[in-house]
Amino acid sequence: MAGKTLYDKIWDLHQVRRDDDGTSLLYIDRHLVHEVTSPQAFEGLEIAQRPLWRKRSILAVPDHNVPTTGLEYGITDPVAKLQVDTLDANCDKYALTEFKMGDQRQGIVHVIGPEQGATLPGMTVVCGDSHTSTHGAFAALAFGIGTSEVEHVMATQCLIQKKSKNMRVTVQGSVADGVTAKDIVLHIIGEIGTAGGTGCTIEFAGEAITSLSMEGRMTVCNMTIEAGARAGLIACDQTTLDYIEGRPFAPRGEIWQQAVEFWRDLHSDADAVFDREVVIEAADIAPQVTWGTSPEMVCSVNSRIPDPAQEADPIKAGGMQKALEYMGLEANTAFDEVAVDKIFIGSCTNSRIEDLRAAASVVKGRKLAANIKLAMVVPGSGLIKQQAEDEGLDRIFVDAGFEWREPGCSMCLGMNADRLEPGERCASTSNRNFEGRQGQGGRTHLVSPAMAAAAAVTGHFIDVRELQE
Amino acid sequence: MEKFTTFNGIVAAIDRPNIDTDAIIPKQYLKSIKRSGFGVNLFDDWRYLDPGEPGQDHSQRRLNPEFVLNRDPYQQAQILLARENFACGSSREHAVWALMDFGIKVVIAPGYADIFYNNSFKNGLLPIALDAALVDRLFSEVENSEDYRLTIDLESQLVATPDGTEMSFEIDEFRKYCLLNGLDDIGLTMQHADSIEAFEQQYYERLPWLK
Ligand code: SF4
Repeated sequence: MAGKTLYDKIWDLHQVRRDDDGTSLLYIDRHLVHEVTSPQAFEGLEIAQRPLWRKRSILAVPDHNVPTTGLEYGITDPVAKLQVDTLDANCDKYALTEFKMGDQRQGIVHVIGPEQGATLPGMTVVCGDSHTSTHGAFAALAFGIGTSEVEHVMATQCLIQKKSKNMRVTVQGSVADGVTAKDIVLHIIGEIGTAGGTGCTIEFAGEAITSLSMEGRMTVCNMTIEAGARAGLIACDQTTLDYIEGRPFAPRGEIWQQAVEFWRDLHSDADAVFDREVVIEAADIAPQVTWGTSPEMVCSVNSRIPDPAQEADPIKAGGMQKALEYMGLEANTAFDEVAVDKIFIGSCTNSRIEDLRAAASVVKGRKLAANIKLAMVVPGSGLIKQQAEDEGLDRIFVDAGFEWREPGCSMCLGMNADRLEPGERCASTSNRNFEGRQGQGGRTHLVSPAMAAAAAVTGHFIDVRELQE
Repeated sequence: MEKFTTFNGIVAAIDRPNIDTDAIIPKQYLKSIKRSGFGVNLFDDWRYLDPGEPGQDHSQRRLNPEFVLNRDPYQQAQILLARENFACGSSREHAVWALMDFGIKVVIAPGYADIFYNNSFKNGLLPIALDAALVDRLFSEVENSEDYRLTIDLESQLVATPDGTEMSFEIDEFRKYCLLNGLDDIGLTMQHADSIEAFEQQYYERLPWLK
């Protein structure tokens, strides 16, 4: 019999029962909750008078709607305020662990789970948010769910699920200096497409992946959803253990040892068989920039903006043409001719300490280019903000002309006041460049934190390595 | 979910085909954080003479005296009679929530939009599909009566009129079982509560750090 994949192992560990038609009841260890997708679930429980099955599995935090400036004035948008207030009231009522606004541990739900040690290897982790895939960096099976499923997990600690296929993306060899986790994942999406992982759980492997820090691994798994897969996974190794040890929710002492022993088996067996395998050469990856309105519309910053006329498939060419029009770009333009209006460094993809350090190292001793209207840094959590300030990173950003903000989702989705105006072009470290994602008519280019910093100080896209020499 | 039991209820009739979900609950109400409280905005555009916004005190708005749900005794209606392709349009589950919040337990129509039909069962609303000719007959009986009532017997799959005529309807066995036993998806999973508990016991013994 062939060995098991990591996904198989975690699945088997959590399967409560299985019906003949292949649907399973899957046990959920960690349920992360935020203000946008939970209110109707809480209310559903109340209407049906159902108790919560396991309150301690829940960790709640408001993030999508929280303002990143003027916290002392509270939330001014009434709809947003009502959602945050409702989350607070529900958590108080059921005595759930919540990091409220103003708590230093508050931040983006996918940043604080790992930061607190609430995401552990081998767990099943769910949240009413598609970027729950982030937590797969810890060899945890993590995926987003809808509001009725949020209620289902609250009431039963389980989900009704069908198993997905196994896919492995191996990035072999090592990347060049200046090439980051964000560039790796954007390149992968460019190669396999936004539907490349549909119906699969993707395990990321290979030297370029295993040599990443946990922050980098989270960036890669975060964008698995943009490759069409609900969950991404990376095997547990010493890097994983070193990151987790000593965090508030992590086990300690004797029980830590016991856990570590168990976690060491959380990798795919050597003879495991995958339904799909993709191999990518790390050496081929240069810093990436998206040029269109889908994450797969991406290329190296050193190549020119693609030309629809060169595309053989007429449907694809049409899509490219439409994207270029929306983005206000001409085919065959070099990226260093594309001027940028705004810079956003943040989101659950790239708002961790390592991301801020990478951006700061480029910004240090430089100023924002004259054409930059606004550049903002939004740390992923209050703790990251504190750490960055302790390291003096905030001074570097502020001295260069950046705004240093409070933690939250911010301009990743423009649900709070941070938005693009129509036609504005943004170098953004977030994960989605859909039309209007960062504000109606806004033009988003996805890049790594270092690349966003390079755009900030030069006013246009540029290979960050030119500034690093 | 409540168990579905046989009942005798007032029938309100809306004589239009293709009533869409935006008519059932207009989109401005979807911003709500709740799944209850949609009843006052059920058929909002038809029910009120002035436009409505979420958060407003709807009791202060001008009611359309012609609209059936504003007339006595139809404020107490538990059964809604409509024409074909009921609840077409957007997939909003709010349409079901609004009907149920108002007090509707059963809809009778010749046919339904798919998503609404599925959503209904998840929430305990029974959509009965009857032959167009039978629906016609019900419409004329409702029109000629002050207080028209029907008895709905899900167990025997029968709609009984005041004069004792019985009309039978089809329903998927499994859905019928879930409604009669008050089982939604959560209810179904809860039937395996013992398995979940047994699972937890061995699970936390093996993985004590998760306890
Ligand atoms: S940072 Fe952006 S992608 Fe991440 S959870 Fe918030 S809104 Fe979603």
